[in-house]
Amino acid sequence: MNEGDVLLAYKGSITTELITNVLEVIESKLQDINTASTVKKKIYNVLVESLQNLFHHIDDLPEQIKDEFDARFGVLVVSKEEDFYRISTGNFVRSGKVKQLKDKIDKINSLSREELKDMYKFVLNHQKLSAKGGGGLGLIDIAKKTGNKMEYSFLKYNSEFEFFNLNVFISEVKI
Amino acid sequence: MESIIKEGTPKTPSIRFDAKQGIIEIKGRSIPENSIEFYKPMVDWLEEYAAMPAPKTSVNIHLEYFNTSSSKCILDIFKKLEAIHKAKNDVEVSWYYEEDDEDMLEAGEDYESIIRIPFKMIEVED
Repeated sequence: MNEGDVLLAYKGSITTELITNVLEVIESKLQDINTASTVKKKIYNVLVESLQNLFHHIDDLPEQIKDEFDARFGVLVVSKEEDFYRISTGNFVRSGKVKQLKDKIDKINSLSREELKDMYKFVLNHQKLSAKGGGGLGLIDIAKKTGNKMEYSFLKYNSEFEFFNLNVFISEVKI
Repeated sequence: MESIIKEGTPKTPSIRFDAKQGIIEIKGRSIPENSIEFYKPMVDWLEEYAAMPAPKTSVNIHLEYFNTSSSKCILDIFKKLEAIHKAKNDVEVSWYYEEDDEDMLEAGEDYESIIRIPFKMIEVED
């Protein structure tokens, strides 16, 4: 896969400290990039949601995976291609959750901008935060802010787990 | 009633909740992983403030970034303020957004459409 210019790549544990560090790094990198400030803000915002989605949704991994990977293993790549920035994340999910996740992304991808706006407001107003602070709004917010369809794949790892890869795209605005 | 004053951090906004002056201010970045923990003292404070609010409450929200976890907590704060407004007290929200930041303007408009309090949208230069 051609990943374009990689701005940042990480694999390992997704912790609060890691998220803080990644955001600091990307912020300083964005300062040097010649693009509209609105694009920089979108990249930052979408990266926050992508990382926090990982943070909130990484399943506890069984011993055999923990030996090979970290307990809260996730992957992140931020890259720049011709007309867009790509934020790619990956994490293990329990096979039982795959269908629900696919359905959610497919549903979000099928909505128009107005429908997304309504869905965002509905979930904001009606769904309670989980104990960890997740609100079920991350993917909707990403779709709303980027205006682009998300791409995903699931790779079977073993009978219990699949590896979930999500790509989101922020369109470049030439200045 | 004691004020809440908090300095901002890379992931949390600066806070000024001043009962005497009737000023509620949230400024900076609000992107903590767990926003409930951060916002609980402010939501509790408003619960108490609602019993004896200042004649006029000015709410200034000036955020550079906020995550979806915070968006729920900010809605909780607005709901407390809405109750104060409903009890015939003067409450006005000023929602600041940086020039060209349409996402932030839209976020303000989303709240305005959910919450029955007068909103002023104020554009500021970068």
